Amino acid sequence: MLRQASRLISRSVTAASSKSVTARAFSTELPSTIDSTFVESWKKVAPNMDPPRTPSSFMKPRPSTASSIPTKLTVNFVLPYASELSGKEVDMVIIPATTGQMGVLPGHVPTIAELKPGIMSVHEGTDIKKYFVSSGFAFLHANSVADIIAVEAVPLENIDASQVQKGLVEFTQKLASASTDLEKAEAQIGVEVHSAMNAALSG
Amino acid sequence: MASSAAVPFWRAAGMTYITYSNICANLVRKCLREPFKAESMNREKVHFSLSKWADGKPEKPVLRSDAPEV
Repeated sequence: MLRQASRLISRSVTAASSKSVTARAFSTELPSTIDSTFVESWKKVAPNMDPPRTPSSFMKPRPSTASSIPTKLTVNFVLPYASELSGKEVDMVIIPATTGQMGVLPGHVPTIAELKPGIMSVHEGTDIKKYFVSSGFAFLHANSVADIIAVEAVPLENIDASQVQKGLVEFTQKLASASTDLEKAEAQIGVEVHSAMNAALSG
Repeated sequence: MASSAAVPFWRAAGMTYITYSNICANLVRKCLREPFKAESMNREKVHFSLSKWADGKPEKPVLRSDAPEV
């Protein structure tokens, strides 16, 4: 433990002197996390030791929001088992938010959107790639980075239309015959998901 | 300050978001075409054993081995 002491002390001394210049250079939004009354009373009690650093001083400063809107949107599209798109620069993404299809362009207002079962399309020049997303969230950040997370997302070609029709019929029947609240909810989820898949395949 | 948005129907029926999301994902997986369906079912297999403890001793474990869920 004490072998590291000299390294730690010298590191914190240099960090403290350069802290104001480098570590805070981009944190226009972060308030000063140094509690001056604490530092004062620390110095009285232990003048030879540097005050302890708090977790927030170890955090990387937030990425700066560019003053001019960037030309491309950076998309990170992840699934629990795979990273579909990682840092891909695109022109536009249309996500199936619960409030409707939402088009995301670079410079979009920071938003957190819950996704409903539907099509997500990624537009890159003339290339459009579509995925059917089962549900998830989309986090749109101020620096034109979009993090989209979904539990299950498949390209439309992988969906079997006959299964979708069968499922739709089955769940519509279940909805009509459901008794408890939970059964009704499950049947309605089934109807929603299958109708969304149907619409995705035909539209 | 009353609650503003109406709760979604599944929340009103006592379901949590995770349950809802997993049900949606399972329904989508069931509607996939053949090679992809088998892959996804394979991927989602779980195998676990759960035992409750009473008086510092484990009771009989519940073993769950997959079987596609829901």
